[in-house]
Amino acid sequence: MVTRLPNVDVVLVGFGWTGAIMAEKLTDAGLEVLAIERGPWRDTPTHFPTTFAQDELRYYWRHGMFQEASQETLTFRNNRTQTALPMRRWGSFLPGNGVGGSGVHWNGQTFRFLPSDFVARSHNEERYGPLPEDMTVQDYGVTYEELEPHFDYFEKICGISGQAGNVNGEIVPGGNPFEGFRSDHYPNPPLEMTFSQHRFEESARNLGLNPFPGPAANLSRAYTNPLGMQLAPCTYCGFCEKYGCGNYSKSSPQTTIIPALMRRPNFALRTNAEVLTIEKTADGERASGVTYVDAQGQVFFQPADMVILCAYQLQNTRLMLLSGIGEPYDPQSGEGLVGKNYCYQVMSSADVFFEEEYTNEFVGAGALGMVVDDYNGDNFDHTGLGYIGGGYIACWTTNARPIESHPVPEGVPEWGSAWKKAVRENFLKSTSVGVHGASMAHRSNYLDLDPTYTDRWGRPLLRMTYDFTLNDRRMTEHLTPFAEEIARGMGGREVKVNNRRGSYDSMPYQTTHNTGGTIMGSDPASSVANRYCQSWDLPNLFLTGANLFPQNAGYNPTGTVAALAYWSADAIVNQYLRAEGPLVQP
Amino acid sequence: MRYGKATLTGAAAAALVVGLDVGLAQSQELAYSQVELGRYLTITGNCMACHTDIENDGIPFAGGRGLETPFGIIYSQNLTPDDETGLGLWTRDDFYRAMNEGIDKDGQHLYPAFPYPYFTTMPREDVDAIYDYLRTLEPVRVEVPENELPFPLQFRQAVLGWNILYFDNEEFAPDPNQSEAWNRGRYLVDGPAHCGACHTGKNVFGADQEGEYLRGGVLENWFAPNIRGGENGGIADWEAQDIVEFLRDGRSRHTAPMQRMGEVVELSTQYMTDDDLEAIATYLKSLEDEPRQSADPVDEDRMTTGEAIFFDNCAACHAADGSGVPYIFAPLAGSNKVTAEDPATVIRIILEGAQAVPTEAAPGPVAMPPFEWKLDDQQIADLVSYLRQAWGNDADAVSASAVADMRAYLEDH
Repeated sequence: MVTRLPNVDVVLVGFGWTGAIMAEKLTDAGLEVLAIERGPWRDTPTHFPTTFAQDELRYYWRHGMFQEASQETLTFRNNRTQTALPMRRWGSFLPGNGVGGSGVHWNGQTFRFLPSDFVARSHNEERYGPLPEDMTVQDYGVTYEELEPHFDYFEKICGISGQAGNVNGEIVPGGNPFEGFRSDHYPNPPLEMTFSQHRFEESARNLGLNPFPGPAANLSRAYTNPLGMQLAPCTYCGFCEKYGCGNYSKSSPQTTIIPALMRRPNFALRTNAEVLTIEKTADGERASGVTYVDAQGQVFFQPADMVILCAYQLQNTRLMLLSGIGEPYDPQSGEGLVGKNYCYQVMSSADVFFEEEYTNEFVGAGALGMVVDDYNGDNFDHTGLGYIGGGYIACWTTNARPIESHPVPEGVPEWGSAWKKAVRENFLKSTSVGVHGASMAHRSNYLDLDPTYTDRWGRPLLRMTYDFTLNDRRMTEHLTPFAEEIARGMGGREVKVNNRRGSYDSMPYQTTHNTGGTIMGSDPASSVANRYCQSWDLPNLFLTGANLFPQNAGYNPTGTVAALAYWSADAIVNQYLRAEGPLVQP
Repeated sequence: MRYGKATLTGAAAAALVVGLDVGLAQSQELAYSQVELGRYLTITGNCMACHTDIENDGIPFAGGRGLETPFGIIYSQNLTPDDETGLGLWTRDDFYRAMNEGIDKDGQHLYPAFPYPYFTTMPREDVDAIYDYLRTLEPVRVEVPENELPFPLQFRQAVLGWNILYFDNEEFAPDPNQSEAWNRGRYLVDGPAHCGACHTGKNVFGADQEGEYLRGGVLENWFAPNIRGGENGGIADWEAQDIVEFLRDGRSRHTAPMQRMGEVVELSTQYMTDDDLEAIATYLKSLEDEPRQSADPVDEDRMTTGEAIFFDNCAACHAADGSGVPYIFAPLAGSNKVTAEDPATVIRIILEGAQAVPTEAAPGPVAMPPFEWKLDDQQIADLVSYLRQAWGNDADAVSASAVADMRAYLEDH
């Protein structure tokens, strides 16, 4: 039996970063907003206080912060000739669960994509000629200039610690000279760098590169954001990614938005409630609300004038497929759009081991690092390289958590006394230089519904078909040696290069930067959502998240995910509410 | 569709206010300003806190909150104008007598948990204004539970003797030698805001103790600190601005309001005018105190142990040198909570944690987690003893049995 509930103005599916952003902006505009969240309520003092937030066994090994794979997972295969199997334990990526979503357990590396990243197809074709036929790369339909105020606002909500490189067109020394113009400086100065960053910076400068401090959602000083939320200075404890921060030092929905939002009488939150489908009106022209199931297994229909998808990229895409909104993508014909352009990130690194010097990487923070952007996006000439895109190269000191972190040099056995000896000798004397590579869309990489495996409600699991592409392989082959070169200039005893070769492996952790599936664009023939993140099919359905990215840039996605959500919220408040139709005419 | 709200709410609300304003201005201008004054004084007196069953989501001002006193539980009265269970049949004179003498409509004595010994200083016009405001509330029928008081206190006549001993029926008289702000501050502190109800030490009969004025008091096993702001006072190191920020924003350099004081800021002082808060600060800053005797040094071993516990458990937020993060994590060096003669508050906060009250200005629920499961009595005693003598702090050591007593109390509550 399905219980029908009273109507609300807006229902949000999921309550992480974009749910909090949408709820804050839309309640501020006077709308009655309800967020439905699959997982539990979580707040800083109750759920990750300093007394147990840094429990590595609980949170790293036992996955205390993540989606329960027994409740919902996905199946994976590298290509269409294989049979996809369910991921029964998370590996390559770690989707979150509960209030705050992955925004609780992220590192806090908060970049803006480059202006050229938003026009990846037109920009690259103009400069280098037509892209290969199977590269389904396209423009976002929204430009960096349009998103700039929203990047800026999110940075102020978070209190990002960083060094501007381009303020209104003026290049600022010490910042990233390649970044798009910013209307303001970061609200807080960069974090304190450690030995490893100093060595990286020196080496990069010697190579003629332009190092700058990584933009961090870890606070370099006490800060109060525009909503009156107070954040405290980071203690460099090195427990960011996979952990909640008990010190109020990492920007998360909990530390920056949710407590201010919960005070508003026109906001409501329902936790432990999982949305099963987005429902449509009888004529199929609009969304009518969502059907969800609560923790007791009771099913409810929640009618709403607007539905906004705010879950993680994988769930947003799956929900569109399960709800039959839009055509599922067919890789054979290239027809259909939902599930298209799944992209990821192409990571590689070079570890540096020192003989005498201590790196003491346990003094870390999720976004404590120095970065060079000289090989990102189209910041360098790709003529003759056979690929587009790039990645930043960075030396982050995120942690030296003892269960997770034990880097050893080349040639050391993977276990036994020789391994233990090497761990002992190198634990305090190593660091790493990483390449954070872009991932360009390809016809063969996509998401659809699995024909075999279902979840606990009997709904098909999402199926991921993904492998690194020729563009990815050429990119990582070209960029990893630059990282190695910087690493070799840092004065260590030896360097161990971790190339990204062979097929994508879903088990070793790489990054939780899954993108695409419900991509945005300027044309309903090639995108699921228009430039305002509004569904082309149902005008009262809006989408948020990295599922909107037509392809992934060489950066962490959260800054861009948030800017798109603010941009979309602004369009809802200032355009959609005046005339509730499509904001772009096809 | 209810999108109309997005554009209409603001305008409609403005129109309503204007309409109300104009309508009343024409017919009963005096009554409107009178009601507004009453509303403000009701906030100043924080009537809502005691007269709302907050723990059970009660209706504001409908009473029924159980107030824990050293003598038993006293339930607050329904202040809405309901004829049977509230103040519906009370006249202005009835109400004034209750506020001024602690005697209800039927001539019964009210228990001094109702702070009439403070309200008695209020002039008749202020009390009338409160009455007029309360008349505008929606009448709500709420039966209030019987008080839980032991013999002979269940007889209200017992209060008569108390009044003879401890009650001065005296209206506030300004001191012509002091500034207007000082006089206003003193009026607020001693009258409607009734700060002394918690912050002045009580004798065994629950009456203000002579010589203990605003020097700190215990209630519900919290120590409400010494709030004298002059030389040697408990908040001597607070600037007037710190007091204003604490009461208005719920945050200050020194500490944040929690628990009962949190409630006071949340429901009352954050809505007071800056002028009134500055007046309170002016007055408190004028109150000097006697210097305290230096404490006996804490045993060296305990200091070493306490310091180690502090470093492992506390220093990340409160900083290794005890300087904290002003406005977020309380500095412990110089903290009047840490160094209070009665260590109840510091022990209790370590055991059960504490949360800074969320306010309009600072909505974040910055909190300290409980340590009762992590540290034992001896560890907490050593830690507190260390805190009380580190960084120039000067207060006596604390015993493990004091921690055990508090732990037992908290288990019962």
